[in-house]
Amino acid sequence: MSLKTKFELKPGPATREAFGRELVELGRENKDIVVVDADLSKSTMTTYFAKEFPDRFFSCGIAEADMVGVGAGLAMSGKIPFVASFSVFVMNKGFEQLRVCAAYGRSNLKVVGTHSGISIGEDGPSQMSIEEISLACSLAGFVVIAPADEASTKALVRAAAAYDGPVFIRTGRPKAPIVYSGDQKFAIGKSVEVIGGKDVTIIANGLLVAQAILAAEQLDSEGVSARVIDMHTVKPLDRDAIARAAAETSAIVVAEEQLVDGGLGVRVAQAVAETNPCAMEFVGIHNTYAESGQPDELLDKYGLVARDVAAAARKVLSRKR
Amino acid sequence: MSKSIEELQEIAKRVRRDIVTMITAGKSGHPGGSLSAVEILVELYFNTMRIDPANPKWPDRDRFILSKGHAAPVLYSVMAERGYPDTPKDQLNTLRKLGSIYQGHPDMRFIPSLEASTGSLGQGLSLGLGMALGARLDGRPSRIYVMLGDGESQEGQVWEAAMAAPFHKVDNLTAIVDYNGIQLDGFVKDIMDVAPLAEKWRAFNWHTIEINGNDAVAVRKAFEEAAGVKGKPTCIVAHTIKGKGVSFMENNPKFHGVAPTQDELKLALQELN
Repeated sequence: MSLKTKFELKPGPATREAFGRELVELGRENKDIVVVDADLSKSTMTTYFAKEFPDRFFSCGIAEADMVGVGAGLAMSGKIPFVASFSVFVMNKGFEQLRVCAAYGRSNLKVVGTHSGISIGEDGPSQMSIEEISLACSLAGFVVIAPADEASTKALVRAAAAYDGPVFIRTGRPKAPIVYSGDQKFAIGKSVEVIGGKDVTIIANGLLVAQAILAAEQLDSEGVSARVIDMHTVKPLDRDAIARAAAETSAIVVAEEQLVDGGLGVRVAQAVAETNPCAMEFVGIHNTYAESGQPDELLDKYGLVARDVAAAARKVLSRKR
Repeated sequence: MSKSIEELQEIAKRVRRDIVTMITAGKSGHPGGSLSAVEILVELYFNTMRIDPANPKWPDRDRFILSKGHAAPVLYSVMAERGYPDTPKDQLNTLRKLGSIYQGHPDMRFIPSLEASTGSLGQGLSLGLGMALGARLDGRPSRIYVMLGDGESQEGQVWEAAMAAPFHKVDNLTAIVDYNGIQLDGFVKDIMDVAPLAEKWRAFNWHTIEINGNDAVAVRKAFEEAAGVKGKPTCIVAHTIKGKGVSFMENNPKFHGVAPTQDELKLALQELN
């Protein structure tokens, strides 16, 4: 069995770039799509939208709380607003506004966080968002999405625009390896089984999907059959896929570029506990903040590469036996 | 709907009686900042705003956001007087009780005719700006009114929105500050003085009008002036009396967030007759 022919994992555009491009497509199709910005359009890539639709692009300056409120007000006027900033800013500085005006107020607001995780790189911990999945999932009624690559980002941004209700989408700064060809279908709340397998399941999202694929290839060479699931929607979770994986492989590794305290891992663990309890291991950031460095160096140093995912799989397999 | 000042003053009296009665029945709530805002809300809902209570989601309607959400009783009473189908008058005294539509702070889940769910201070003006931008984008004539508290003006987000609205040149947005001088812990000037308030709004490039906010004539004139301003939003700094209309509540910090007793209610209703 050779998995390498199926997954070349060529470098692709950053997921923030894919978001910015798809937003322009959506803007061309629907005049109700508007964008609210807090002085980061050249980084969040909403600048493409701003250039084509200046009348539907609203600057709030460096004021994330106001940006979220203005976005919610536009939603309450029948618009489909995308508000975008670095994940760390929109989610932390705008959290209470997201809670009151978007979640409790149930606005049709689309929130896009870019520069997520530690793979933002050189800017360092003040700009690194490692808790926004946990925060977003604690907003009642929110849909929370963390896509892996260009194709999945474009499809899920489109799905978010079509969905009636608040959505958070997590994107990243560095180039994202291409996992999917253009014909793969994506739906909110429906995970993708990227690789079939029977001994252990690796559930990942974002950049960790590519690392999970590489880990599965390594495990394959060791005679271990690893299933890889891209859990791009963290909320609502695809509980059926998780329950099936727990029943069929009895060993699960969850891998994410996020603090393990409240991200994808704990949500999967809850679903496992409620369905078919089995051994689990968690790859993520453990109770610390990272540092400046190049994205690849940081992912390596903080234990978020294929080596770490494969090690967690071996460990969970030893516990299973 | 057009109402004379005398008619509005009669409505205001009934609203004040509703406020003290429902807060007493609920055994909790904020009488002071509800009573201070009565003339402003009555003028908006009975004269200034283009609204149709029978068709509360009419796209071209004017909108009101009570950013100082703790003054919910005045909003509930005025909407009930105005005849919104989802704000029945005979349920006002269920305020704050389990299962009531009259939640402690305005909640659109229970009253769909509300324009926003509020209660966490500082957020309403941003929402109002978004609505003003949305109306302008669609070429709708809607005007957006947002009432803030003076204590609320201590919140940073208010000034984020205050900076953004004139930048976007929205002249369909009017902020009203209910400057009653008292917040939960005491007098505003002692907790965190917001003065000089009108100068702050002027400096942020708003057309700014200072009035006695309990004077129905002055309130009407201010809204008429605001409607004629082009190219910038208007802020009405409304000097009001906290607890207006009930002598022992007026300018008394105790009645920011404490319900009257049954005996106090009797006295209050005597004064409001």
